[in-house]
Amino acid sequence: MENPYIPYPVRIDDIEIATEDKSLKTFKFVFLNKEDEEKFSYQAGQFAELSIPGVGEIPIGIASSPVEKGFVKFTVFRTGVVTSYLHNMKVGDIMGIRGPLGNWYPWDKLENKNVVIIGGGFAFTTLRSSIVYMLDPGNRSKFKNIDVVYGARSPGMLLYREELFEWEKRSDINMHITVDGTDDPNWKYHKGFVPQIVEQNAPKADEDTYAIICGPPIMIKFTQPSLAKLGYREHQIIMSLENRMKCGIGMCGRCNIGKELVCKDGPVFTLEQINQTPKEY
Amino acid sequence: MDTCIEKIRELSADLLEKGEVEKVIGFAKGTIPMATSPIAVKTKQDVDKLVFNSTCGLNLANYVSKGKGKIAVIAKGCDARNIVTHIVENQIQREQIYIIGVPCTGMVDKHKIAALFEDEIIEFSEDGDTLTVSSLLNTQTLKKYDYLKGNCLYCTHKNPVLYDVLARDLVEEQKLDNLFPDVDRIEALDEEAKWQHFENLTKNCIRCYACRNACPLCYCPTCFVDESSPQWVGKGQNKTDVNTFHFLRAFHCAGRCTDCGACVEACPMGINVRDFTRKLNKDSLELFGWEAGLDVTKRPPLDTYRPEDPDDFIK
Amino acid sequence: MKFISIDKNDWTKGIDKSREKYQLFGPVKDENGCLIKKLDPDVQPDMGFHESIMSAKSVIFPQTEKILNTSLDESIENHHIMQRAKTDYSPRAVLGIRPYDAKAMELVRLNFDTKEFKDPYWCDAYEATVFVGLGITKPGPFDFSTSVGTGPFCEEGLDILLADLDDTYLAKILSPKGEAYAAACGFDVMADEKESQALFDILRKEAEKNITSSVEIDKLKGQTILELHEADFWDDVAFACINCGTCTYVCPTCWCFDIQDETKQKQATRFRNWDTCMSPLFTRHATGHNPRGTKVQRVRQRFMHKLKYFLDKYDQGIMCVGCGRCVKSCPVNIDIREVCNMMNAYEKQD
Repeated sequence: MENPYIPYPVRIDDIEIATEDKSLKTFKFVFLNKEDEEKFSYQAGQFAELSIPGVGEIPIGIASSPVEKGFVKFTVFRTGVVTSYLHNMKVGDIMGIRGPLGNWYPWDKLENKNVVIIGGGFAFTTLRSSIVYMLDPGNRSKFKNIDVVYGARSPGMLLYREELFEWEKRSDINMHITVDGTDDPNWKYHKGFVPQIVEQNAPKADEDTYAIICGPPIMIKFTQPSLAKLGYREHQIIMSLENRMKCGIGMCGRCNIGKELVCKDGPVFTLEQINQTPKEY
Repeated sequence: MDTCIEKIRELSADLLEKGEVEKVIGFAKGTIPMATSPIAVKTKQDVDKLVFNSTCGLNLANYVSKGKGKIAVIAKGCDARNIVTHIVENQIQREQIYIIGVPCTGMVDKHKIAALFEDEIIEFSEDGDTLTVSSLLNTQTLKKYDYLKGNCLYCTHKNPVLYDVLARDLVEEQKLDNLFPDVDRIEALDEEAKWQHFENLTKNCIRCYACRNACPLCYCPTCFVDESSPQWVGKGQNKTDVNTFHFLRAFHCAGRCTDCGACVEACPMGINVRDFTRKLNKDSLELFGWEAGLDVTKRPPLDTYRPEDPDDFIK
Repeated sequence: MKFISIDKNDWTKGIDKSREKYQLFGPVKDENGCLIKKLDPDVQPDMGFHESIMSAKSVIFPQTEKILNTSLDESIENHHIMQRAKTDYSPRAVLGIRPYDAKAMELVRLNFDTKEFKDPYWCDAYEATVFVGLGITKPGPFDFSTSVGTGPFCEEGLDILLADLDDTYLAKILSPKGEAYAAACGFDVMADEKESQALFDILRKEAEKNITSSVEIDKLKGQTILELHEADFWDDVAFACINCGTCTYVCPTCWCFDIQDETKQKQATRFRNWDTCMSPLFTRHATGHNPRGTKVQRVRQRFMHKLKYFLDKYDQGIMCVGCGRCVKSCPVNIDIREVCNMMNAYEKQD
C-alpha cells in the first residue's frame, strides 16, 4: 500500500482573493504528475491536507467539484502558522496535497431527493463543490429540487460571488443569498441571518428532502431549531464537522470525539449520529 | 506528624460548616504505597478523607488559582512560600485564601527508598521518625532523616511564613553554614564534566512536562514550549530541544523558586530537576540577598531595580 | 508447538550470536530505573528486572521519528517534494518483553494497520521485530492484566515466550519469526512438547494466582457513551490531575502523535512525536476554539477513550492491558483501576 503520509506534489496555478477583507484566498492547484490527479479522484464533501514542507499541513475542504477536471481548488482562511505562510506564497510555488480524505456527502442516498443546502461564512467550500456537482448536466436529473441558503456578514464576505449570482439566474436551482447587513442600495437579495432566512424560505421537510448544513458552530446552533420547525428530522440533517487534525487518516488520534475520528469516520455526519456523540467539537 | 491530621480535619470541618470557604485543598490517602493525591474537600463529611504524612511532597499552591470564591489550603513551609509568591505575582488575592499552616519535619524521597528494593514496594508506614517499608522480597526499617527529599535536607523554612491558623506547634529551623553544597559540587567540576553532568541528567527525559505542571510557578497560559507563532523550541527528542526546555524553564523560575521539590517528585523518570534551579537560587541569594516567597510586600529581584544591585558583570 | 530448553550459561553467547543478524533491544537499568533500550554490543538485557518504567512501544513507535524530508533549495531536483525519510528497519529483537506489552502491540495495531490505510513506519517496524517475551512468575502489585484480557503468561503478540526455570529458560516458539530468531542464536536443545506445555500451564496458573490487583469491566459495554460522559464523578477524578503526559507516555496502548515540520538551513524534515490528549493544546483549533479546553474534559477523554470508546469501536476489549505503569508513575496518584471501577459501577440517576 502507498505511504499515506506522502503528499502529491502540486504547483500553485492561481491565487484569487476571495473576500473583501483579504482573510480568505482561493488557491488553484495543478498536479505535477498527471497520474496523481487520477489517484486524487474525490467526491464532494471530502477534504485534503495541504502540505507545505518545512511549515506544516492543514486540513481544508475541497472547494472544486469532481466534475471540474485538470485542477483542484481550496479556499483558505488565514488564521495560523501554515495558513499565513500559504497566503504569502506565489503562483508557481511547489507544495503538496494529501488526499482525498474523509467521507463525503451521501450522494447515493440523495438521489431522487430534494436537497436543501445551508451554508454560512467561509464554510461554503464543500457546498460549492456539491452545487457544481449537482448542476452538472450529467448529474442534474438525479436530484429533484435544489434550494440553497447562503449567508455571510456582508456582500464582500460572500465566497464565489460571481458563481452565486450566475446560479441565482438559473431556473433549476433556488438560491437564497443573504447578508447580515449591508449599506449597498443595489443589494437585491436577502438581508438577515441564515437561520431566519432558512425558516422563511427553505422548503418544508418531507420523506424525500434532506438538508446539508455547513457553517460556524453558532450558525448551526440557531439553524437547527428553524429546521426542526420545518419538520426536518435528525437523520435528514447532514452536517460537516471541523476539528483539529494532523494525520487526516485516522491514526494520530487528535480528532477523536466519542468513538468517531472526524477525519476518517467523518467529517460528514448526520445530526442523529452527532447527537449520540459527546459535544466536544 | 500524626497528631496534626486530627487538627487539620477539625479546622477544615469548621471552615466548611461555617461556609467560610468553598473547599479545602489538601492531600488524600493514595491507592498505592508512599502516594498521596491532592484533593478538594467540599463538605464537612468528607474531611476524613484528608491525610497528612511524610509522603505529602507535592506543592498544593499549584492548585490555587484565580477563582471567585474563598478557598483553604493545607500549606507546609514551602507551599506557604509559593502562596506568598502567588500573591506577589497577582495570581490570587490574600483575602481569597485561608492558609492552614503545617510546620513541616520533612518529606521522604520516594525514588531513593524505592531504589533500596529490587521489586515493588507493597507497604509503607511511619511511626515518628522510623519508616517501615516492605516489598514481597524484603522489609527494611529506615530512619526518616536518612531518606529526606533533597530539598528538605537544606530547608531553612519549615514553618509557614504566612498562615491564618497553625495545625501544630512551630518547629525548630535548622541553621546551616552552607545552604548549597550540591551546587558547589557541580560548580567544582571542570567544563567537560559539567556538560556531561547535565547531558546525563536529561538523557531519559520524555518531555511529559510533569515537572512544569507540578510547579506552582509555571502558570503561564501558554508555556514557551507550546508557542507556535513563533515556535521557540522543537517538540521532539532532539537533545538540544530537551535541554533548552529545562534550562529555560529554570531561568523563568529564577528568583522565584522556593525549592519545594515538587518537580523532582512528579518526574516519572526520577530526574533530579532541581540541579537546574538550585544554582539560580544560590545566585539569587548571593547576588541579591533574596529568597523567594518570604514577604508579601517585596517583589523578586528580576522584577525590580535598585541602584546598589551588583553590576560588575556589565563590562 | 516447538519447545527449546536454553541453559542460562548459553544465553548470553546465544543472543550475542544473534547480533550478527538482529539489532537487540531489552531492559536495562540505570540510575533512573529500568527502561527498554537498544542494546549496545557490550550490553546485556537485564532479564531479572521487575517492571520497566516505560513500555516497549518505543521499539516500534519511537518517541521522535523522521517520516518525510525534502530539500528547500530550488536549484535541487525534486525540491519541495517530500519523500519518505530513510529509516532502519533491519531485523530486530526485543528480549524480555512483558506479555502484556506484546498484547498491547496487537491492540495498537488496530489503529495503525487498517483496511483503508496502513502506517508504513509502524507496520514496517512491527514486521521487522521479533518479540521474545518473558513470563512473569511474580507479578507486581500494580499488575491487573488478568482482569483485562491478558495475563502474565499470555502468548498474544509474542514470537517466543520464555519461562524462567532458575538454571534454564524454557522457550515456547510461537511463530516462524520466533523460530528464525532461536536459530540465529543457535538455541537448538529441543524439549518434550507435552511436558513443556504442561509446565507452562502450571506456571501460568501459579502466576495468575499471584496477581493481587484487578478491575471490573463487565458492565462497560452495556452503558452508553453519553451516559458515562455525563456522569457526576469526573470533577472529583480530575481535580488532582496536572495534565502532564506521564500516563500517556508510559502506557503501552497509547498511540496519539503529533506531526511537526522542522527546517535546518535548506532541509525540511517532517517528524512525528508522541503527543498526549492531556495537553491543553491537543484539540485547540487555530482560531483559538478548544473543544476540550478544561482539565475535566481532557481527563474524562482519556478514561472514556481507553475504557469505552475503544471498546465500542473495535469490540476487542478495553484499551488497557493492566500493566499498572500509569498507576505507579502518575505524579498525583490518579488510579485507572479506581476510575474503571467507578465507570463500571455507574448507573444513571434519573
